[in-house]
Amino acid sequence: MSMSPVEGVALAEIDSGGGGADAPKEKGFVGRSPGQLAMLRLRRDRTAMVSGAMLVFFVLVGLAAPLIEALYGISPRDQFQAKLDGFGMPLGYAGGVSGDHFFGLEPNLGRDIFIRLVYGLRTSLLIAFAAAVITAVIGIALGALAGYLGGWLDAVINWITDLTLAMPFLIIALALTPTLTLRFYGERDAVSPAFGVGVLIAVFAIFGWTGTARLVRGQVIALREREFVEAAKASGAGLAHMLFRQLLPNIWAPILVSFSLAVPQFITSEAALSFIGVGLTEETPSFGRMIYQSLDYLQTDPAFVFFPGITIFALVFAFNLFGDALRDALDPKSSR
Amino acid sequence: MSVETVEPLLRVRGLTKHFPVRSGFRNRSVVRAVDGLDFDVRPGETLGLVGESGCGKTTTGRMLVRLLEPTAGSIEFAGRDITHAGRRELRPLRQDLQIIFQDPYASLNPRHTVGRIVAMPLQVNGTNPPGGIKARVQELLELVGLNPEHYNRYPHEFSGGQRQRIGIARALALRPKLIVADEPVSALDVSIQAQVVNLLRDLQRDLGLAFVFIAHDLAVVRHFCQRVAVMYLGKIVEIGDRDDIYERPQHPYTRALLSAIPDVTKLGPAGRIRLAGDVPTPLDPPSGCRFRTRCWKAQDICATEEPALVSRDGGNQAAACHFPERGPVEATPGGQPAAAPAGRGAEPAGQGAEPAGTGAGVEEVSR
Repeated sequence: MSMSPVEGVALAEIDSGGGGADAPKEKGFVGRSPGQLAMLRLRRDRTAMVSGAMLVFFVLVGLAAPLIEALYGISPRDQFQAKLDGFGMPLGYAGGVSGDHFFGLEPNLGRDIFIRLVYGLRTSLLIAFAAAVITAVIGIALGALAGYLGGWLDAVINWITDLTLAMPFLIIALALTPTLTLRFYGERDAVSPAFGVGVLIAVFAIFGWTGTARLVRGQVIALREREFVEAAKASGAGLAHMLFRQLLPNIWAPILVSFSLAVPQFITSEAALSFIGVGLTEETPSFGRMIYQSLDYLQTDPAFVFFPGITIFALVFAFNLFGDALRDALDPKSSR
Repeated sequence: MSVETVEPLLRVRGLTKHFPVRSGFRNRSVVRAVDGLDFDVRPGETLGLVGESGCGKTTTGRMLVRLLEPTAGSIEFAGRDITHAGRRELRPLRQDLQIIFQDPYASLNPRHTVGRIVAMPLQVNGTNPPGGIKARVQELLELVGLNPEHYNRYPHEFSGGQRQRIGIARALALRPKLIVADEPVSALDVSIQAQVVNLLRDLQRDLGLAFVFIAHDLAVVRHFCQRVAVMYLGKIVEIGDRDDIYERPQHPYTRALLSAIPDVTKLGPAGRIRLAGDVPTPLDPPSGCRFRTRCWKAQDICATEEPALVSRDGGNQAAACHFPERGPVEATPGGQPAAAPAGRGAEPAGQGAEPAGTGAGVEEVSR
């Protein structure tokens, strides 16, 4: 490392674990942004790395679902009635686990659990990420405007936030989903899977933005009085510059953390909604729906409960661990 | 005050800022943070604004650069009234009017590189200096005594003094004519203070800058400012040339303030004018002269009539006092200790000891 001694001392803490992954070779000054420092801290955190690797794995599996289907040779809708016994139970041990069916078969319909889990992962991640992105955008926009401009706009946005928080999520979701479906599709029409997914994302978006909005508003209010913001104001900066150049770069950390903790929340919510039957339609593979169906077979075929359950647990656990590690890396001074 | 023919760069008249305070259900009152200031700053001149905390110095500074909207009064900059100018109208004037902040740890955006911080005023105003923004920024960094190579570093990699230099470079980016320096050195170590003040003085000489220098450190102000205005509870109680203020203060409050400068050559309480009590609340300032509740010379007239800020001997020095002090600080009028108990009948307790000490050796106040 070609650093001056002073630099070396100051950055010793960082370099001890970095293993020379950085260090531009030109002699002189190495400017590290707060973001780069957080990245270094994250890379040294074993929990973060393991949970991050798990997340990458899950996302890749979700993205590559059609490819896996092609390799595996079984589609999520294929039924293998021949491999079920007379009561509709899969033949063989542990719910019919075999070389052809890695996680066994569903009782009754005889569909392959592994490929349905892969597609369920895809559905869950799509819904959770889409909902998290939409809620983050709405929350950031409303929160930043309310916090920075204040006055009547702040009052109105706060009022809307309170109103949204006061609405019972579950009841509205229960009431809204069938009503919307009926509005666009007739009583007997087949509802397209994409529509079900869209409705779920919309319901999450309507209810999910309040937390981010409040978080961003609070952060912006705290920053608004800081002198560097006033310096920009004194130089004649406009609203866009203030929000996007001065304020938001300073609150990416909490936003990122809340985003990474919102995703698992949406995954479980999606599962819960599917579980109580207002989520997705039957043919869309989804974690919640699989667990819902599997509960009937808890005693007769525990493997059917086990595989979706353990997958959703691992997914949510990895997200939560990563979110916590991210918070630690971005804000090392905060106490746990 | 200014008899000179030079047109003042900044002309402030009756500048007032009241902050509304809601106490109780429907009971609205106002904090009179700044209550009618008049002063001028000529091109290239440094005006020091001193006073204890809470007297409205910072509020005044923020109003001058229009970070706060004045309640009343007018601010004229280079002959144009900017009291209520909008952002667009202000844009051409922004280049001439900049501010340096007190806290070097809060005044730089931690997510921006030094280059971006210093270039911010240029970019916001769409200015494209000859040679490009980067060249200009490096020139500015050099001007304030920083290594231009530091362009790509972040504020957290600098010390307090260096950060303040970055803040100064940012204020200089648009080649201003007037800089409001809001306690620019009070957050720094004493050794660094001297460096930064000297830097500001060099810049002032080289670039012909005018300064409104807000400070509570009288020694720094004496070192840096040509003229000094003393504020008390939202008003200017005395304004004048540096030497007049420091050597021949007319207002009792100025005397008390000057006597509070610590002097290690003479230890002990001798010579200090110790003001009794606290500054009254700006929610309900005293009638007449605002200093009367703590003034040892206060008479009945002080409660009924507000003294105007007028010049006594036709010079540049003006004090708002019915009974201005005369003569240099060394020769404190002998009547002072005697007058103290008599004039201050309202709060006699706990102060009886001080006037004696006050009279004993005020001479050590001035160096």
